[in-house]
Amino acid sequence: MIGPERHAALSGWAFLAPALLLIAVFFFLPVMAALALSFTDFDIYALGDLQRLRFIGFDNYLQLLQSPLFWIALGNTAYFVVVGGPLSVAISLGAALLVNSRLTHGSAWFRTALFLPVVTTLVAVAVVWRYLYHPRYGLLNYGLSLFGVEPIDWLGDPNWAMPAIILMAVWKNFGFNMIIFIAGLQNIPPPLYEAARIDGANAWQQFRHITLPLLGPTFLFVALMTMIGYFQVFAEPYVMTQGGPANRTMSVVLLMYEEGFRWWNMGYASAAAFVLFALILAATMLQLQLRRRGSS
Amino acid sequence: MSRRSYSWLPALLVHGLLAAGAMLALAPLAWMLAASLMPPGEANSYPPRLWPSAITFEHYTALFTRLDLARYLFNSTLLAIAVTVISLLINSMAGYAFAKFRFRGRDRLFQGLLAALVIPAQVTMLPLFLLLKQFGLINTYGGVIIPGMASIFGIFLIRQYLLAIPDSLLDAARMDGAGEFRIYWSLIVPLCRPILVTLAIFTFLGVWNDFMWPLIVLTDSSMYTLPVALANLSGEHVQDTELMMAGSVLTVLPVMLLFVILQKYYIAGIMLGGMKG
Repeated sequence: MIGPERHAALSGWAFLAPALLLIAVFFFLPVMAALALSFTDFDIYALGDLQRLRFIGFDNYLQLLQSPLFWIALGNTAYFVVVGGPLSVAISLGAALLVNSRLTHGSAWFRTALFLPVVTTLVAVAVVWRYLYHPRYGLLNYGLSLFGVEPIDWLGDPNWAMPAIILMAVWKNFGFNMIIFIAGLQNIPPPLYEAARIDGANAWQQFRHITLPLLGPTFLFVALMTMIGYFQVFAEPYVMTQGGPANRTMSVVLLMYEEGFRWWNMGYASAAAFVLFALILAATMLQLQLRRRGSS
Repeated sequence: MSRRSYSWLPALLVHGLLAAGAMLALAPLAWMLAASLMPPGEANSYPPRLWPSAITFEHYTALFTRLDLARYLFNSTLLAIAVTVISLLINSMAGYAFAKFRFRGRDRLFQGLLAALVIPAQVTMLPLFLLLKQFGLINTYGGVIIPGMASIFGIFLIRQYLLAIPDSLLDAARMDGAGEFRIYWSLIVPLCRPILVTLAIFTFLGVWNDFMWPLIVLTDSSMYTLPVALANLSGEHVQDTELMMAGSVLTVLPVMLLFVILQKYYIAGIMLGGMKG
């Protein structure tokens, strides 16, 4: 007969075992293997015959740092994160404020409409947007032409391709953060606003001194999640531009995919994946640090 | 005095902005649907048509007769259902263990799993491919299903939900002499119903919409899911705008319907995940 505490521990581990086993084998093991792989010259020959595998230290990382294409991919990814991330968060917050406004009637309908792009399949809507961006027949250029704007070759012009991809990505996912912001807004006690109104605070002052500070934790969460997600941009350039024109939409993950699964340079691609991971980790730490300093 | 007489102005502004936003959000989807019903070539005309001159379903028919859409639809549905059912079982058991059993190292283990959420999935993809190749799982349904059978986020969601349920309920069942699995199956699972529905929608949508991993692991076109097939077709059939729009509609429609029907659960799930995170 075993005691109740031991019984609880055994039962706990038993319920946990399938999930832990799967996560260990299909997540943690590959993460460690990827680190090991990044120090080898694993390529298409090694794929056929493991005898060909050699340990090459930091050569992959050195090669990456010397590769112009990697720096281009890094720059493009940074562009996507730094411009797309804040834009997406700002639009999410704006939409949440509007949907949640006291003045709004039918907010459930607006919420559903604004959220609908989130549940769509990225590949499918990327295909749709490719036609919307068509320089001759696309709806977007036609709409702009009504205001006298000359046609723009959205996906063909090296300067417009990344903004076009950002616009589509923001359209696709701002609704997700909007929902989280709405939840955050609803957690702010209404008496705070009533007191502020009695003191004569206008809408902007209420937003600045009540909404924003109390939304702080939600804001941090949304900013972090959006940033981590935007660092991993892949399907948009894969479907819409294949990384072009002139590599202006080549992202780090797209580069990793091409090197790893098209050319089978798996050691090199693993190194690229780890650099991305390191960057995400560093950016996350930085945001948490800034936030901590800001609140103290 | 003048303040009062213009009090309708902010309300008008708010509704105007919301209507404009909703229109911008829905316009690409509306055009996709309209273009999929246009006669061939009509989507490529100037000025662009917003509505078909005559409604035709020929592109939908072509997807099923000339192309193998039924096959992709089947693959997508099968994979999404399989991953959803299996992962729901495994994640709910693990979430239950983290929420309701005391054992040494439990909290540290849970924190460790949560911390691992910052590791991007792409880091695992290259070794995972090699691992599945060893098991002979490349280009099989198993190659998509098995790595998706447990998820840290799913475990987290279930645990958060169960923490709010009092232990006294479980203790009463134990007093009655019910076995641990029986308690899980006939007490915990029914209690968790709302969060299980939420997680089921998340998982189904996630698998249905996923692109990168199926693209890597499903190498033969007969195994393609809808997004992989669509990305592939959009290269070959770039000129057939109406055909591609019909394909996009069929890819997007099932998940949009699922969302619209079950949106209460979906929205609640985002809020739970967002607030406690």
